Amino acid sequence: MAELSEFPIEVHEAASAPASTQNVVPLLHEIRHALTKLLQSDESTTIDLLSIPMTDADLQALEEALGNGEIDTTITALGTSRIRETRYPGVWLIEHYNVADSLMAKFIEVTRLPEILKADPRDIDAGLQRLSEQLSNNEPDETD
Amino acid sequence: MPKDLTLGEHLRRQGISRRGFLKFCAATASMMAMPPGMIPVVAAALEKARRPSVVYLSFQECTGCLESLTRSHSPSVEGLIFDAISLDYQHTLQACAGHFAEHIREEIIKQHPGEYLVLVDGSIPLKDGGQYSTIAGMTNLAILEETAAHAAAVISIGTCASFGGIPKAHPNPTGAVPVTDIVKNKPVINVPGCPPIPTVITGVLAHYLTFGTIPELDDFGRPLAFYGDTIHDRCYRRPFYDQGKFAKTFDDEGARKGWCLFELGCKGPTTYNACATTKWNQGTSFPIESGHPCLGCSEPDFWDAGSFYEALSAPAADVSKWAGAAIAAGAVAGAGIGLKSMRKRKEAAQAHDPVTVDDLKT
Repeated sequence: MAELSEFPIEVHEAASAPASTQNVVPLLHEIRHALTKLLQSDESTTIDLLSIPMTDADLQALEEALGNGEIDTTITALGTSRIRETRYPGVWLIEHYNVADSLMAKFIEVTRLPEILKADPRDIDAGLQRLSEQLSNNEPDETD
Repeated sequence: MPKDLTLGEHLRRQGISRRGFLKFCAATASMMAMPPGMIPVVAAALEKARRPSVVYLSFQECTGCLESLTRSHSPSVEGLIFDAISLDYQHTLQACAGHFAEHIREEIIKQHPGEYLVLVDGSIPLKDGGQYSTIAGMTNLAILEETAAHAAAVISIGTCASFGGIPKAHPNPTGAVPVTDIVKNKPVINVPGCPPIPTVITGVLAHYLTFGTIPELDDFGRPLAFYGDTIHDRCYRRPFYDQGKFAKTFDDEGARKGWCLFELGCKGPTTYNACATTKWNQGTSFPIESGHPCLGCSEPDFWDAGSFYEALSAPAADVSKWAGAAIAAGAVAGAGIGLKSMRKRKEAAQAHDPVTVDDLKT
């Protein structure tokens, strides 16, 4: 039987990335407006990037246009989330991944600090209880 | 999960932090195609939501819709939606069988009248007394009538339950009809697609959990959040259509460059669904991204709407010429004519008339 390599198959390079949808520049203008609003009235804006038709090349172009800022952090809760401040302070790129590491949601938040980074009072309370229990469990050891 | 706990309490008991919960809400809002400003509203509502009992009825269907639905049940953020409902009756998934299984359905009707949700998969045969599909000696018609009578709402999962689908295709040997032909006095949400996108199914459930109401629907009973735009209007290849760049065969230069598949039979312009933005297989791609025209599977009678590979209308002239001309003329007259033609296209889609070249020109 002939080997696969003996068949006269012509291999073409994969198609180049689809061209741009031209959505990047309007998005950057939207971000500029949101920054003005944040500065003038402390009002935050969230943009759902997955709801806008964009090619992978567009998303890459957008991320390059926004660049990297001072903060790049990871949340580990129901999979990872990456929260990055861009080179424009107050403009954050937020990506939520599930446990299987596939992208669930992708937002641009224009805000002073994304809400999800703050510790919640109920979680603080649960943590306080855990710490108190740990300290009371340790006490007999210290008196020995 | 005990039924008296709210979803928020239940998730906290499972050790899910507020950050995890907010992430779940953000992903859910994105999945429901809601403006991101609604995320705090979704969070507040889901925090307090109590899980409804769900009865999933399987009639003349292939179980493809259930496959699609369970694919979103990975250990993931969407998976939490399944923690938020109590799927009490589903033939393929439930552990018990026979009388025990049917007993559960009867108990739900008795114990939660007016509160449970009914999900229907498949069309219902009416010919010859409905004998072509029966479960436990009851016809599909009798089961649907009995179960829907006391339901809060009915959700038709897939094109068969929504519009009759393949069982209803010509010559319709079993006299198949959609759910809406039978259930007249309850809200019915149609979630068509062959199969529907899993996140659209869970998105509709999430909407019900969040607001306790049914979402805004189009003339075909489909949630506007997911079926409000055509595939064509949200397609990343749309710019090529506007530029008059079309693939003429599956292996020509246009196909390799990812140009518009209109001439290869793409039903994107007359098909309302969320594939182009929500995508399939954990957001990997959708048919057009894989180089195949849209089949129009979320539209009524798509199976009888002619060849999948025939252009919506057979263009008399070279399509690229008129598309270019339309762009040139469009600057002045575009807006008004565009609206008119959009409405005409929508009406044509509803009546399932073929759309002509003239309709698509503007």
